[in-house]
Amino acid sequence: MSTLTLAARDSSTMLRRNLLHMLRYPSMTLLLIGMPVILLLLFVYVFGGTLGAGLGPTGDRADYANYVTPGILLITVASGAQGTAISVAMDMTEGIIARFRTMAIFRPSVLTGHVLGSLLQTLLSLTVVTGVALLVGFRPTANPVEWLAAIGVLTMITFALTWLSVALGLVSESVETASNLPMPLVLLPFLGSGFVPTDSMPTAVRWFADYQPFTPVMETLRGLLLGTGIGANAILAVAWCAVITVLSFFWARALYNRNPAR
Amino acid sequence: MASPSRPSIVATGLRKSYGDKVVLDGIDLEIAEGTIFALLGPNGAGKTTTVQILSTLIDADGGDARIGGHDLTREPDAVRGLIGVTGQFSAVDNLLTGRENLSLMADLRHLDRATGRRRAVELLEQFDLTEAAGKPVSTYSGGMRRRLDLAMTLVGEPRVIFLDEPTTGLDPRSRRAMWQIIRDLVAGGVTILLTTQYLEEADQLADRVAFLDHGRLIAEGTPRELKRLIPGGHVVLQFADLAGLDSAVHTLGATARDDAALTLRFPSDGGVGSLRSLLDQLDRASIDVASLSVHTPDLDDVFLTLTGQPDNERAMAR
Repeated sequence: MSTLTLAARDSSTMLRRNLLHMLRYPSMTLLLIGMPVILLLLFVYVFGGTLGAGLGPTGDRADYANYVTPGILLITVASGAQGTAISVAMDMTEGIIARFRTMAIFRPSVLTGHVLGSLLQTLLSLTVVTGVALLVGFRPTANPVEWLAAIGVLTMITFALTWLSVALGLVSESVETASNLPMPLVLLPFLGSGFVPTDSMPTAVRWFADYQPFTPVMETLRGLLLGTGIGANAILAVAWCAVITVLSFFWARALYNRNPAR
Repeated sequence: MASPSRPSIVATGLRKSYGDKVVLDGIDLEIAEGTIFALLGPNGAGKTTTVQILSTLIDADGGDARIGGHDLTREPDAVRGLIGVTGQFSAVDNLLTGRENLSLMADLRHLDRATGRRRAVELLEQFDLTEAAGKPVSTYSGGMRRRLDLAMTLVGEPRVIFLDEPTTGLDPRSRRAMWQIIRDLVAGGVTILLTTQYLEEADQLADRVAFLDHGRLIAEGTPRELKRLIPGGHVVLQFADLAGLDSAVHTLGATARDDAALTLRFPSDGGVGSLRSLLDQLDRASIDVASLSVHTPDLDDVFLTLTGQPDNERAMAR
């Protein structure tokens, strides 16, 4: 069997294992969907009137629902990443991982199984969150091609953050650490253009907000779904995702390949 | 019992340290194909580390090993294709059912669907798990979990099996069932490296036994050869005060003392003659013994004999 066939076969076996885990332990998936939905409702119905007025002279709650949805989608991705880190760290405490290490299988398949499983889980959450957003007033103007592109952007950032969180889950000494380490990811959409335009922020914060990786991703999504300007953001978003994916993949692989501590 | 043939496992000079702590201090092993080799030793002797190195889980700091002719570090995947490992910490997926665990192994061993399903059914039957096959493993008892663990190891029909303390924590009935399974495996021609803390287990199962202590092999041979090293038990002498204990240590030249309990262990076969001469010796030195108890031989006695008396150790080792 060639390396590639072996990699595909073992990864899909491990993916099946991870999907079974999600079925047996659905509370994690529900939690990962629940958090962004609650934030969405909070921001539209509690803060939405005031924040909408800040978007421009005619801004209201409906405008804010449009503005905040891309940010909430990124929160969904980040919260999925947190779940991945937790399940990887939990998995590493299981004896079966030692068994996998002594079998003639594609070695990173334990990790690719987690990545593919989490990717599917997050895409499911994103679908649910988008559905709720449509119900509370999100009115995208995208044509089918723009929708596809938006799904592509979300898949890319999810893939990147999932590999990062696999590495964070592996580097954590405990499940508690694994649940805390990805916390900054959940905060990043707030410190970017996710909830308010960056030009309303003080200079230092604004500088950070403009240059951090989530902002170009959110601006690209906004452009695709709502027809605002994209500019260089698309290129920046792709570049950030590629860099995060590649670095995280090699980091995760190195962490997994080191001798298990005892 | 299979006649010794070409070696299935060969290790020379295996070394491993964690920081300053030397766990394995040069281990040499040669295990013939189709035999059971028992590695016997107390907790912390290095048994698990030896298994972890030979099963490619961790790298040795030094030394070489070959399994089925394949070098451990140069051809790890060839080795992994031959071996199966059942450790003392259960290597099962707790969120899956017994059957799902077995089919996971079948898929990872790249068996086709029909073969995989047939193997799973056979193994569930053989290990008395058919009834529980559809239940999540988290609901299994310790004995069931251990049987499933071994069944998972056997899905790929490995030629070399490592069993790290396979019966630790099992009740006597499950232990005997496990012994029968191990005997059946060897009858089928596989080679087994077994680690255990129980002398009886090694005696019951193994063709050859090695004693591991502080990362070194201190004795190796057939169970019959090794039993000649065992003095037949020990007596425990208790004294009224520390002075009594001190003078007894001085008189008998024994070292296995426990100051808190004011006791001294002394190797003895427990026979009337040897007890009388022991008591005579203490009597002549005017040492009062508060109490005396006789103990039948156990693994501790072997270690007491082999490690407590350096001259003997040198004679027996290697």
